[in-house]
Amino acid sequence: MKYGYLRNVVTLHLSAERCIGCGRCAEVCPHRVFSMNEEKAQVDDRDRCMECGACAKNCPANAITVKAGVGCAAAVMKSWFTRSKPDYDCSCAEGCC
Amino acid sequence: MKMSDEMSCCCSASSCCSAKLITPYSNNDVWVTGEVRTPKGNVPVVSTGLRLQDILGAWKVRWGIGRMNYKISPGLYAVGKPGPTSPVLVSANYKLTFDVLRKELSGLDCWILILDTKGINVWCAAGKGTFGTDELVARISKTGLSEIVSHRKLVLPQLGASGISAHEVTRQTGFSVVYGPVRAKDIKGFLASGLKATEEMRTVRFSMWDRLVLTPVELVAAARFSLMVFGVMFLTNLFAARPFGLADFIAYAGAVVTGTTIAPLLLPLVPGRAFAWKGWLLGLLWTLAVVAYNGWFAAGSSLLAIGYLLVLPSLSAYLAMNFTGSSTYTSLSGVIKEMRTAVPLIALSSIAGTVLVLISSLRA
Repeated sequence: MKYGYLRNVVTLHLSAERCIGCGRCAEVCPHRVFSMNEEKAQVDDRDRCMECGACAKNCPANAITVKAGVGCAAAVMKSWFTRSKPDYDCSCAEGCC
Repeated sequence: MKMSDEMSCCCSASSCCSAKLITPYSNNDVWVTGEVRTPKGNVPVVSTGLRLQDILGAWKVRWGIGRMNYKISPGLYAVGKPGPTSPVLVSANYKLTFDVLRKELSGLDCWILILDTKGINVWCAAGKGTFGTDELVARISKTGLSEIVSHRKLVLPQLGASGISAHEVTRQTGFSVVYGPVRAKDIKGFLASGLKATEEMRTVRFSMWDRLVLTPVELVAAARFSLMVFGVMFLTNLFAARPFGLADFIAYAGAVVTGTTIAPLLLPLVPGRAFAWKGWLLGLLWTLAVVAYNGWFAAGSSLLAIGYLLVLPSLSAYLAMNFTGSSTYTSLSGVIKEMRTAVPLIALSSIAGTVLVLISSLRA
């Protein structure tokens, strides 16, 4: 079953110039957003990205940027009320994670 | 590296060190079946079979009972009879995670390095940063792993990657990181194929069963909120010309179940992309059905019908929106975008609906 979330919202960016072609991003991505093409990584489907940040964190060349976070409405709601950054403590019993 | 090794050993005499236990455990931890000796001390050996106690424990946390305190001691554990060349698997100290992992390791000889994630599963802990580079580096040094194994390779769960910087771990400890499969059940295949994961092993799925096991916690959370709603209904009934009855209870409960359970289960089948939209659509269908069944569209109770049509679908929408946190594919940017539209609409619609329902009850 293929899932699709909102389109054109994702903050993922890959710099082809900086990419050294190690393939780590393609290895770690849980939604197979990347593939390797001629010694360079490429983004196949940006809308599948869930901004977990695994690719950017594991890129030794700093070629990937993404505003990483957890897509959890309960955490966002809490951050709106407390005017703080979302805290994914998952103790809100709202079922995140 | 050398220095931290020396510091982690309390004494130089080998007799002292061999008696030391690297990872503490209690007698209640029935899944520990023995100990294995290493140059740095004894390591608890864990069973690969789950007992009734483990299964009941899993069932309890799925319903939200003691979910935030279901953990084991971080440290090094052994499966089978591991030696210096055996693979090292890294995981989190959520007991449910640990059980899912060890259950898949029967017949293998390997080490399990458990990080202190405060009892949170790998993926969520990686998102929070507790399943992170610093904790991994510290745990390697605390357990003296580099003297227990002769190789320099760690197998991490792929979903831990959002908390770990593999090249940073290598730089600080000398251990290289290989990301294993997403699911524990693929570990045997992964190890057997020389640490090669297939595309299938690397892809997160979100099957109906995956979604189903997550819904009880949502239902329990909604039940707490519902107690307040029932309190308001009860107080209203003291003055009401048309008291709330079983039909109202069913209408409300149905909207809660629609948002917490039906919407998550039917997730990919409901048209649209935003979770709140999917919940609202299903909630509307439910409300239309229940209002029609009770004959509330009749002229005398049209205020009640409109009220319910405003409040119940928005309740389902809100509850379904909260499932974004449990889902495996929603991005933070997407959730924020969805909420900017959905939350004001939900708030307006539910306030207006509640007022109409209360008015229709009080004056009938």
